[in-house]
Amino acid sequence: MSMEHEHDDESESGRAGTFGDYGGQYVPEALMPALQELEDAYERYVLENEDGFMDEFRERMRDFGGRPTPLQRADRLSERYDREIYLKREDLLHGGAHKLNNALGQVLLAKYMGKERIIAETGAGQHGTATAMAAAHLDMPCEIYMGRTDVNRQRPNVYRMRMNGADVNPVEAGSGTLKEAINETMRDWATTVERTHYVIGSVVGPHPFPKMVRDFQAVIGDETRTQIREQAGRLPDSVVACAGGGSNTMGTFHAFVPDDEVALHAVEAGGSSLEIDEDAGLAPNSATLSTGTDGVLHGAMTKLLQGTDGQIVESHSVSAGLDYAGVGPELSHLVETGRVVPATVDDEAALDGFHRLSRLEGIIPALESSHALGYLERAAGPAGETAGGQRPRDEDLGDLVVVNVSGRGDKDLETVLEETETRDLEAAPDVEVFDG
Amino acid sequence: MTDAGGSPVDEYDSDVEAAIREHHPALITYITAGDPSLADTKAYVEALDRGGADLIELGLPFSEPVAEGATIQAAINRALEAGTTPEGFFELVADLETEAPLLVMTYYNMILQYGAEPDVRPFVERAAEAGLSGIIVPDLPAEEADPLREACDDTGLDLVFIIAPTTEGERLDRIMSHVSGFAYVQARLGTTGARENVSGATHDSLARLSEYDVPKAVGFGVSEGDHAAEIVDAGADGVIVGSALVDIIAAHGPTGSETASRGVASSDAAAALEAKAAELKRGARRGADTITDDHEKQPEPEQP
Repeated sequence: MSMEHEHDDESESGRAGTFGDYGGQYVPEALMPALQELEDAYERYVLENEDGFMDEFRERMRDFGGRPTPLQRADRLSERYDREIYLKREDLLHGGAHKLNNALGQVLLAKYMGKERIIAETGAGQHGTATAMAAAHLDMPCEIYMGRTDVNRQRPNVYRMRMNGADVNPVEAGSGTLKEAINETMRDWATTVERTHYVIGSVVGPHPFPKMVRDFQAVIGDETRTQIREQAGRLPDSVVACAGGGSNTMGTFHAFVPDDEVALHAVEAGGSSLEIDEDAGLAPNSATLSTGTDGVLHGAMTKLLQGTDGQIVESHSVSAGLDYAGVGPELSHLVETGRVVPATVDDEAALDGFHRLSRLEGIIPALESSHALGYLERAAGPAGETAGGQRPRDEDLGDLVVVNVSGRGDKDLETVLEETETRDLEAAPDVEVFDG
Repeated sequence: MTDAGGSPVDEYDSDVEAAIREHHPALITYITAGDPSLADTKAYVEALDRGGADLIELGLPFSEPVAEGATIQAAINRALEAGTTPEGFFELVADLETEAPLLVMTYYNMILQYGAEPDVRPFVERAAEAGLSGIIVPDLPAEEADPLREACDDTGLDLVFIIAPTTEGERLDRIMSHVSGFAYVQARLGTTGARENVSGATHDSLARLSEYDVPKAVGFGVSEGDHAAEIVDAGADGVIVGSALVDIIAAHGPTGSETASRGVASSDAAAALEAKAAELKRGARRGADTITDDHEKQPEPEQP
């Protein structure tokens, strides 16, 4: 499906780059001309397919990325939940996650814009590895900023980025995770903006990033919408996706937003608790849509995890890819208007979801995607077996449900083994056997 | 306000503009409030005031300072670890009696969150009440500034905008037509932080801005009296120094927790800050004298 006709999401106020009260461009002055330049390039190349940009993007996503990804009927989950469950298999995209859709789109765009260098932030390393792959594929120099803590706990992804020729710069500041990596990438960009493009990794940041990243990811929902009609003969009753920054969420939901009969469920990381410890500056969760308050972070007005003074708190999730104190401004808007329903799934229920899909369907999902599967269990699972989380059994999933499996879980095996040993999980195998 | 220079303050739009025009070439200093404590900040601000600062920027720390280099990031971390809050900051400001007008430099979210609901007005009203003269927000470009500008206009505060090396053409015209207090000229691309020389971009920027009759002060990378001289010679009305002062504060502690050594570190730091301010002010004056020698004229006062 093409994007050329989708100019319908400007806010009521008419100001460009906002979604209702959310979005905007809260960045240092030095970056404003670059955002203007990017907006022009986005409109020309992405929206209007100038010089055949979108044709080349789609061709590369097919030949290099492996698109389209399948929509698969999950037979045993369908049986367990007594309804039709379909899985959108973004875990089968090159690199093992949906991240390549955006990374390849932006690196190609940078090339069309005549930029000479790519920078990106990464948390767990998924966006960093996707960007490094795209940069190698398109022959662009690439530097990735990654918090020191994440570098230490995600060695394999650091190696993958280096294998693809990217430089990885550890960020020592703060807690050494995604938030600090974004800060440092913005500082690099403010210094090198004239020849460098910043490939932001989610539907966050200043306009035009939230729209542009959404449009590159919208292929997930576009394919799903066509596939479900072919395979099930109609649109789904509900679509479920996990939400951290929200790129797989918006990518999956975007095509369905106008379909009022399709319920959209954004599943956030409930972590270990939904309370914020303001004195310690910690939120033991990443449930921004469910519990956050309005504020400005990393260039946009959106929902945030923050203390009452306005200091941003450190988020937490067992899934590094959901571990972020902000969320895309469009998702904040869609939650505010009631179009998207947020829910939270705690660490334990997500781990259970991970094991259940691995056992029942032979698919090892990313811990991020496992939150969507944990939600499915709670909302549709056998009565009396709900495994923690905020919402009670939810009947509005309907008879035909699509869950986006945003990535594969190979990267998470170590974390899952560690976390599983300390818990009594319903769906987990005996992990003792894994010990050397 | 001081009466040095002889012109009545009401000749200018604000006491911020007056401070720059009347003390030309002006020295503007930045330190982070609460680094390493609000009590220390009080002593440091008074020292800078004695040393010759004509305007003093106080940073209200925010956890995600994307425009700052390593030096000021570290200062902000120290201030946050010391428990600095907006209310503590305002109490400090209310308690200060300086010749130099005070400005707050902070990030937009801190301004939005001060009241019960996200809204800029409670912060601006409290800032005016505490005696601040202006606000600088490094992550608020002119395009997003209307709500804050209106609140500042209503309370008589200046909202100072930053002009970057990349600010050109129509945007430059638009921002310069709204200058309030002074134009904060960013000397180079990148973040704050002391540098060893004055960048070529500074000279380019000042040349580009020479046609606009507004006070221009140059910051980002200025650390020595000689820099100040060169920048004023190139046409600036003032220099802004931050990281070089924060370095002095960092070098003096806190090294121990004992009150006695802390007090000594604090008074040593105050003396060093006063001396540094004096060096920078002398440098700025030297730059202005060069202009006088070279061009046989005094720096231009504002046109009536």
